[in-house]
Amino acid sequence: MNAAPEFEPAPGDTVLAARHIVKTYGGTHALKGVNFDIRRGKVTTLFGENGAGKSTLMKILSGVTTPTSGSIELDGQSVTFSSASDARDRGISIIHQELSLAPNLSVRDNIFMGREIRGATGVDFAEEARQTRLLMADLEEDIDPLTLIQDLRLGQQQIVEIARALSVDSRILIMDEPTSALSATEVEVLFRVIRDLTARGVSIVYISHHLEEALQITDYAVVLRDGAITATANARHINLEWIVRNMVGENFDLGSPPTGYAFGEVALSVEDVSVADASSSERSVVDRLSLDVRSGEIVCIYGLMGAGRTELLECIAGRLQPSGGRILLDGKDISRFSIAERIARGLVLVPEDRQRDGLVQTMSVGANLSLASIGAFVRGMLLSRSQERSLVEASIRDVHVKTAGGSAPIGSLSGGNQQKVVIGKMLTTNPKVMLLDEPSRGIDIGAKAEVFRLLSERAARGLAVVFSTSEVAECLSIAHRIIVMHRGRISAEFTADATKEEIMAASGEAVVSDHEEHRSHHRDRR
Amino acid sequence: MTDASPDRSRSPRVSADGFSLAKLLLEGRAFFALIAIIVVFSFLSPYYLSVGNFLTMASHVAIFGILAVGMLLVILNGGIDLSVGSTLGFSGVIAGFLMQGVQLTSFGVILYPPVWVVAVLVCVLGALVGLVNGVLIAWLKVPAFVATLGMLYVVRGAALLMTNGLTYNDLGGKPQLGNTGFEWLGFNRLLDIPIGVLVMAVIAIIGSIILNRTAFGRWLYASGGNERAAELSGVPVKQVQVSVYMLSGICAAVAGLILSSELTSAGPTAGTSYELTAIAAVVIGGAALTGGRGNIRGTLVGAFVIGFLSDGLVIIGVSAYWQTVFTGAVIVLAVLLNAIQYRRRVKLPSPAGGSPTSPQKDKATTADPALEKTAG
Repeated sequence: MNAAPEFEPAPGDTVLAARHIVKTYGGTHALKGVNFDIRRGKVTTLFGENGAGKSTLMKILSGVTTPTSGSIELDGQSVTFSSASDARDRGISIIHQELSLAPNLSVRDNIFMGREIRGATGVDFAEEARQTRLLMADLEEDIDPLTLIQDLRLGQQQIVEIARALSVDSRILIMDEPTSALSATEVEVLFRVIRDLTARGVSIVYISHHLEEALQITDYAVVLRDGAITATANARHINLEWIVRNMVGENFDLGSPPTGYAFGEVALSVEDVSVADASSSERSVVDRLSLDVRSGEIVCIYGLMGAGRTELLECIAGRLQPSGGRILLDGKDISRFSIAERIARGLVLVPEDRQRDGLVQTMSVGANLSLASIGAFVRGMLLSRSQERSLVEASIRDVHVKTAGGSAPIGSLSGGNQQKVVIGKMLTTNPKVMLLDEPSRGIDIGAKAEVFRLLSERAARGLAVVFSTSEVAECLSIAHRIIVMHRGRISAEFTADATKEEIMAASGEAVVSDHEEHRSHHRDRR
Repeated sequence: MTDASPDRSRSPRVSADGFSLAKLLLEGRAFFALIAIIVVFSFLSPYYLSVGNFLTMASHVAIFGILAVGMLLVILNGGIDLSVGSTLGFSGVIAGFLMQGVQLTSFGVILYPPVWVVAVLVCVLGALVGLVNGVLIAWLKVPAFVATLGMLYVVRGAALLMTNGLTYNDLGGKPQLGNTGFEWLGFNRLLDIPIGVLVMAVIAIIGSIILNRTAFGRWLYASGGNERAAELSGVPVKQVQVSVYMLSGICAAVAGLILSSELTSAGPTAGTSYELTAIAAVVIGGAALTGGRGNIRGTLVGAFVIGFLSDGLVIIGVSAYWQTVFTGAVIVLAVLLNAIQYRRRVKLPSPAGGSPTSPQKDKATTADPALEKTAG
């Protein structure tokens, strides 16, 4: 294990150097003083788990966000980017992880959006179309410039996104997960284009979850974990094992499975449940999946993004309708029940995105905490304020929310405490089964450990817990059973003594064999 | 690294001390505006500052105040109800129609329903208009703006059809028919206060209780603040949405009854563009058009600001055209201050981002609004 990340500045061939970059979102430190070099004409690959800070760092380098502190040097000159277009003018472009194309416009219009070629009578569409055809030929993709983006499949959309970045003559090209929807042939073409670019002196920053694939193209590897660089190395000297070891790191003690009691009856039973893909009806994001969870048991669902974890959990909770199969709670079929009825029967979900799905930002901490159980303190017609207050206070104590009080605005809490509020809100309904979708997302390790401790305490008192994660270290914490999902199915099941390597292998991560099929599963969320 | 809550929770308090005067002026702006209006017009006209004038002005305000309370509920839910002006007019027409007697040809009799029955039927009608709005919006997913804009035309058309464009003039009723008393709402006073003002007060109190003391009120704020989170917390968001439009329709019907009683006539074009005044009152009262923020007190003050301003301009003899300009300027100013207030709120507590990365392959433009704000 590299004790301290060695860092050797290489002034001659460094085109961009980021120094001591710190970025905080509220109370969360996304980046904690990162030093990052981009070498001229080389492919620098950034490895790291979800939430390690890769995308945040890239957004800073491409001017999308500004760092809280730290400096960026471009060709030895200190620079600050006021916006993404400012960075683009200085020769830095980024291919975003999320597609940023306008689906209602043509390929040509998307590629030249915001920098249309002027002609005698407005825009010179013919010239734009000609250049678009050249770009497409270069990428070996037969797409007509006038095709609408919405008529392209995801892989082709990604090609257009790449073409757009190539159309700006950039010195630095940042590619954030450019291959997630590409087929194997398309990946090969992309790699050829990348090699052509580097031969012309363009510097590439590459990010991918497909580790082996990324290793093929990498010149320099940089590993980021929890907002800090843990290792840097020349690609010649490293292998997959080195990357995984540095990505995952030593286990911070996230707890161990609670013991000393017997599991109860099967609380939640999922039978052959399928969920259709919202975008294409013939594919299923969850594919005839079955799962039993006993009360007192903690089950972890591991999988890459797009494996279908979120869809499975949202389907069980009633947000998504299954296209087949049954969901039983305490032996009773609840497939047709509304979300409210499922909550009343003791099945709750803590959603993945707490800002979008978990919290009401306009309300106080207390009102958020009591929202799901508000029926419990209605007396006659009116709410009992004193009962609500005591429930809120009990809940704040129970889940250890650090707050000035129940009337504090929810936005004044840090990410971890906001997450505890979402969990506390659902716990006040006295659930039998609790589903948590990536409960540790965007919260720091201390809060993570607290959340896990809370869950194992509740499990010991009979709560059935199902949580999903994309961090393998979290699988090996409090879970009695680890289920790996891949393309909507359970690809493997492990007990608590599994190894990280086993789990990662079963998820399809670090595996290149499945290139032939589309990997558009990666973007199959609604 | 760890959740640094102690110092984080302190930050809002520090700012409250630092900007306390500015904050007070900003948050109480509608109230201060009302006081300023009263002071200025009292100087300009000797007639303005008197109990009699205030009560007269208050009875003008009552119509808009009642509409605005209903509108507030809709806006808290993140919607808009453009149909209330038409519903007001239609309610008056229906009341007029019922007061003239309902001819039941099959029985060969003419029914003269007593006034309280008329009032109840009209309120039911208002609720039905709201039900149509609510079903269109909540279940059929028509955008609120479009659905209620459509109903604005449909209901106004219905009112014109019923009367052929004419006005019911005699709403007094006849003692021998037992349907007198319609003018009570518009003309009578209780403890020297016009009944309309009292009705507004009662509706405002009921509204306050609903918003602050019932589960429904909490559901309304929650679903207006974040519908997805509310739904996942078991809030019946669709039922809340439908109820809100029904309540708004009932408020419009009550306002229609009061207005036609004050005028002792019911015209099919009554209440035209009143929906805009109601929206203005809600906005001046500090509610956010995006939903989730606002209260009855502010909305009432907003209604009084508009009413006292336009009546004051009439009293000092400013032309009606200038009144329109002034009212418009006040609305824009109010929205401007709203924007400042909510921007401050976002900046000060700086909500923690959901995640430093954005791994969502989602169609949503930003999965995490907080990130967007901090990033911007």
